[in-house]
Amino acid sequence: MSTNLRIALRFLTARKRSMLMSLSGIVFGVGFFIVTQAQTSGFEEFFVKTILGTNGAIRIEDKIQATMFPMIATGAHFESKFEVAAAREARKYVEGVEEPDVMMDALRRFRNVSGVSIVVEGSVVADSSFKNDTAKVYGIRLDDHLAVSDLAAQVSRGSGSLENFRTTPQGVLMGQELANRLQLVVGDSLILRAGTEQRRYRLAGIYASGVRDIDRVRIFMHLGEARSLLKKTTGASFIQVALFDRNRAPQDAEQMEQVLKHGAQSWQEREVSWLEAFHALQISAALTVSTIILISGLGMFNTLAMIVIEKTKEIAILRSMGYTRQDIARIFIWLGTIVLVLGTMGGWALGASVTYGVSKYPIHLRGIFSADNFQVHWSIWHYVVGTLSAAVVVMTAAIIPARRAARLEPGDIIRGTSQ
Amino acid sequence: MPLPSSDSSGLPPPASRLSPPAGGSADIALRCENLHRYLGQGEGRVHVLRGVSFEARRGNVTAIVGPSGCGKSTTLYLLGLLDQPDDGSIWIRDQLMSNSSDLDRTAARGEHIGFVFQFHFLMQEFSALDNVMMPMRKLGQLTEEEMAARAASLLSDVGLGDKTHRLATQLSGGEQQRVAIARALANQPAIILADEPTGNLDAKNSGIVFDLLTRLAKENGQAVVLVTHNPDIANRCDEIKPMRDGQFVT
Ligand SMILES: Nc1ncnc2c1ncn2[C@@H]1O[C@H](COP(=O)(O)OP(=O)(O)OP(=O)(O)O)[C@@H](O)[C@H]1O
Ligand SMILES: [Mg+2]
Repeated sequence: MSTNLRIALRFLTARKRSMLMSLSGIVFGVGFFIVTQAQTSGFEEFFVKTILGTNGAIRIEDKIQATMFPMIATGAHFESKFEVAAAREARKYVEGVEEPDVMMDALRRFRNVSGVSIVVEGSVVADSSFKNDTAKVYGIRLDDHLAVSDLAAQVSRGSGSLENFRTTPQGVLMGQELANRLQLVVGDSLILRAGTEQRRYRLAGIYASGVRDIDRVRIFMHLGEARSLLKKTTGASFIQVALFDRNRAPQDAEQMEQVLKHGAQSWQEREVSWLEAFHALQISAALTVSTIILISGLGMFNTLAMIVIEKTKEIAILRSMGYTRQDIARIFIWLGTIVLVLGTMGGWALGASVTYGVSKYPIHLRGIFSADNFQVHWSIWHYVVGTLSAAVVVMTAAIIPARRAARLEPGDIIRGTSQ
Repeated sequence: MPLPSSDSSGLPPPASRLSPPAGGSADIALRCENLHRYLGQGEGRVHVLRGVSFEARRGNVTAIVGPSGCGKSTTLYLLGLLDQPDDGSIWIRDQLMSNSSDLDRTAARGEHIGFVFQFHFLMQEFSALDNVMMPMRKLGQLTEEEMAARAASLLSDVGLGDKTHRLATQLSGGEQQRVAIARALANQPAIILADEPTGNLDAKNSGIVFDLLTRLAKENGQAVVLVTHNPDIANRCDEIKPMRDGQFVT
């Protein structure tokens, strides 16, 4: 063990109580930092999983109208970035996807694409024997759609079964809220009306995505059925795309737009306001909790400054025996380091155990997602950032007294004239 | 001021290399010339040392005596490189130290000088043994076991062989004084500066400590400079330097 560290350990015991106070401040600061980050990012993560499980990573819709700018259609080169931007501004869209199966093949050629599903969408009025309500029909090919959503899990959280749906040509899947409003249970029949068309269906399953705006409006049915009900014999309303690497969605969407000449929107673009809200929450939690670290840093500074004053005689003795200014500074830096190391390790332990405890705490959340207990996200980065902020605060608190101690003149101290 | 002399080139050496005047510099461990020191600020500024010149030889014990406040401790701090003179020069083993850097003076303190303070300063949270090992740890020439063994033997030399593991706070004033002496001897310094090392001790222990210092001077060729108010002790030294009002008088 280095001599300076040995001396620091003894100095530490000189002010045990205030050292313990600073230490517990660091423990709580780092611990709560970890817990709040685990929670906020846990809920964000859960939200992202939910939106990927319902609306997919990328949605392809609306053909880009190329005729406005013949330049674009002929592939003529652009003179400047400004012209590209101008072209983009003036872009016109034609609703829907005209040749969905061609598009599907093209999409599957993107390396990051893990699933593609064609959706034909339309508004209907749903009649049960008790009530009626407006709803949206989603015509899908079941297996394709299972590959781009969590529909399977959502049905198992509700009632009925996918098999039931698969084997029933007139079967539909309905969100829990809508089923409740219409007072329908699995096996009941219902009538869907679109324009002049009116058909009878059987409720094969009830799904629960947890997202209120979905569970109260969406009705899934087989693609062919939807085409005839909605009278959309060709084309698709949109194509839902799932990705292997969700973080690449914006780049992929950009590329798809260029290659396929259709509007492509990534989940990040679609949910930007929610994602920003989560982000703001996370940062504000970090800042709030960092004040605990900051305050314990101030306490630490105070304690170390006190130790310097108390130990001036010892400092003079050490200097007289050949200990350099640097040695003296290091002793106080060691004091800070010891508190930092113990504090962050305690903080990790506290953070990890509270995070674990909180993740088991039951809550009932519905609305933007469906959660039955506190959501936490385990990430090494919460620990790293918590430790770094404690390190900055504690080391700043240690360096100032350390420099002061190093500047002391042994002669002045021994004569008793050091200030 | 000393004049350049022993340089074979015949050219005057640069000021920082000034060597002391010729003549037996080999057995001079410590020399100072015309030291001046002012203490205090503004109105209270006092000319404490008024031209102190002095040399300490290897194997010799020198006593500095004089009335309280005449500047004995101030002189010792300067010689021990704990303080810097306002004027004058100090050589440690032929090396001019009064103008050198803090780092050089610190290194010289650790290697060549053992200091016993007038008010026995020990490190409070440490045992007697740890206190004595402290300078050895900094010098770093011995293993942990060798340091512990040497510290224990030094403590038994000053009559504290049975109290090596006592904390400094659990020792009497005289015992602390003796630990401080053992500590000053830890690195076998060429120069031992002791400010009233026997001030707190009874006749018996004064004798033990003084005999130890004398024996070391004779056996190891160390130069011992001590300040004392005790005429018996002073008379047993090789040389007595009486001081008055910041100057040596003869
Ligand atoms: N900070 C200071 N400001 C002004 N004068 C000082 C200061 N410190 C010491 N002095 C004066 O310097 C003089 C020499 O002090 P020093 O401690 O060297 O005396 P001393 O000979 O060791 O005395 P003693 O035998 O009592 O230990 C004293 O007159 C003292 O009053
Ligand atoms: Mg004195």
